[in-house]
Amino acid sequence: MRVALFVTCLADSLYPSVGTATVQLLERLGHQVVFPPEQTCCGQMHINTGYQREAMPLIRRHVTAFEDADAIVAPSGSCVGCARHQHALVARRAGDDTLADAAAAVASRTYELSEFLVDVLGVEDVGATYPHRVTYHPTCHSLRLLNVGDKPLQLLRRVRGIDLVELPDAEQCCGFGGTFAMKNSDTSAAMLADKMRAIAATRADVCTAGDSSCLMHIGGGMSRLRTATRTVHLAEILACTAPAS
Amino acid sequence: MTFLGMPVHAPRGVGNLRGDESFPAAARTALGNAQLRSNMGRATATIRAKRAAVVAEVPDWEELREAGRGVKIAAMADLDRLLVQLEERVTAQGGIVHWARDANDANAIVTELVRATGSDEVVKVKSMATQEIGLNEALEAAGIAAIETDLAELIVQLGHDKPSHILVPAIHRNRAEIREIFLREMPDVDRSLTDEPRVLAMAARTHLRRKFLTARVAVSGANFGIAETGTLSVVESEGNGRMCLTLPETLITVMGIEKVVPTWQDMEIYLQLLARSATGERMNPYTSFWTGVHPGDGPQAFHLVLLDNGRTATLADPAGRDALHCIRCSACLNVCPVYERTGGHAYGSVYPGPIGAVLSPQLTGIEDNASLPYASTLCGACYDVCPVKIDIPQMLVHLRAKHVETVRADRRTPTPEAVAMRTAGWLMSSPRRWRLAQRLSRAGRLFARGGRIRRMPPPLSAWTRSRDLPVPPAETFREWWVRTHSGSDSADSGKGGTQ
Repeated sequence: MRVALFVTCLADSLYPSVGTATVQLLERLGHQVVFPPEQTCCGQMHINTGYQREAMPLIRRHVTAFEDADAIVAPSGSCVGCARHQHALVARRAGDDTLADAAAAVASRTYELSEFLVDVLGVEDVGATYPHRVTYHPTCHSLRLLNVGDKPLQLLRRVRGIDLVELPDAEQCCGFGGTFAMKNSDTSAAMLADKMRAIAATRADVCTAGDSSCLMHIGGGMSRLRTATRTVHLAEILACTAPAS
Repeated sequence: MTFLGMPVHAPRGVGNLRGDESFPAAARTALGNAQLRSNMGRATATIRAKRAAVVAEVPDWEELREAGRGVKIAAMADLDRLLVQLEERVTAQGGIVHWARDANDANAIVTELVRATGSDEVVKVKSMATQEIGLNEALEAAGIAAIETDLAELIVQLGHDKPSHILVPAIHRNRAEIREIFLREMPDVDRSLTDEPRVLAMAARTHLRRKFLTARVAVSGANFGIAETGTLSVVESEGNGRMCLTLPETLITVMGIEKVVPTWQDMEIYLQLLARSATGERMNPYTSFWTGVHPGDGPQAFHLVLLDNGRTATLADPAGRDALHCIRCSACLNVCPVYERTGGHAYGSVYPGPIGAVLSPQLTGIEDNASLPYASTLCGACYDVCPVKIDIPQMLVHLRAKHVETVRADRRTPTPEAVAMRTAGWLMSSPRRWRLAQRLSRAGRLFARGGRIRRMPPPLSAWTRSRDLPVPPAETFREWWVRTHSGSDSADSGKGGTQ
């Protein structure tokens, strides 16, 4: 299948290894990946902070970039959630019905990585090897906006060598929330502290999730505390084949 | 604001819908209170687990939620007719209906009604509407003592405190604190009082029983007002409400206009939804219904005060009006990770938590509660548990946009945030500018020490106060793509493309 990669602005700029891992994974599974270079950002930060007017050009750009793609895949539950639940709504409220319809059409072909692997490709064993103790944090938007359920765990359970441990209170938000982390930084930090405590209790080497944004938050907190646990995106684990990496 | 019959917001200077400080500031204070954090964490976790267990027992829970939502949508669309019908039915059965445009109207009406009875004391059933309008304060100013009879409201009142939860107003207090309040504020309490829940409850019972037997006037709220029959309903757990609704001579009920439901049969939906969502019980202990007055049975005078106080203004916004569907179960508070950590007082309104963050700003007008729609990570837990399926996250996003547009219209110069957002939007709306911005952000590598960024100037300092930032990579994804997937930017991936 020909798959258009919606890399997300965050992975593009700060976590390129998440993008490269997604490409390597899909290519290894025998699919052709294209990267529409017109893409920049889905506009989620603008929309969720209240700047819908500023988000309109970004929605338009996103729709144009992916209009011709048959299947669009992003290594992010949050950005897919934005495309699926917000683009058409924002465009319609701005009075642009044509864009709203086009956005809805693009969104209907847009998948979060674990959804795409399990639902569209019907794969659970992606042939990965990852000999580490790993705990999985289900991000809020993948869990409650996209309802990915345990698809990421289905994929992780089939990874060779992995020691998968359950995260206590896994479904509790890590406190990121986009600009919430800045506007309500104290509350955000309090939520993060509880999440880090839960992760520490698993004694995992690695905390994984399907969103770079939440991992940036959790990882930023753990780095500050110099904990031994690292954050690694789900795509990077699934792309891994050599035990050494 | 009140011109051409436009709906008005809840007025300033009266009631309890506005806090003294913004949510982030109030939250900072609350987060520093370790006792509060521990009380809230324990209490919300307990109610969450109870609710989850009893909701899981109901095979048609999703259909019930859909029905609960549907009836509310229909009722709000037909509100003008239903309210008049309710008035007709109540009046036909010996009740008297009063219409209150706002908190001041309602407080004046109730005060006059109590004065007319000659009583200087009223017993109260726990009620959000009367807390919202500050009725107790208004009565006190008129020399009338209002006595809260719900155990938790009594704790709050005796503690000279404010409620912090819709259903469990004293959720922020633990047993030891309650014991201290009782010892301090109940003059005739047994001094050997312990902090056993039963002992505390019995002390409150003794304290209140005298009040029930002597009170001539009761004030209540209403969970439902049934238009078809003119029946009012209060749903409570302790029986104190039943006492207030039956013993006094005069009953005054203050009901928000959105509490009207069309038919008696609608109760079958809401009574199933409410008990399981609220207290995690299969069935509510004391559910009272009353219709007008009946000689020799219960209060001989019944007044219904219909309260607007910003509700019509809320109804006017198609993207915000669903907030009026709320049946005050508090399930959204109990699952909210923000509420759990800050407690209810940080919201500054009697309606805290996720529902408060969408309701309070709409009742007061967005600018009087502008920080509340941002008091959420949009994690979506509230929407999942709402028994009438209010899409709170979507509404929070809508209210944020409303706030931004209001500020934009009011200010001649944009806020620093607006400038930042506009600049980011401009950079991101062209791939060429975006690539340039990415290259420039590599300057962030200069801030890196040991592979991380520990400190940044404002506004990024809000992040780096408690979290490190990642160091921008030497190569962005799109640079990698161009380098490895040869040719033009849009080149397809050739290698591995075995299909």
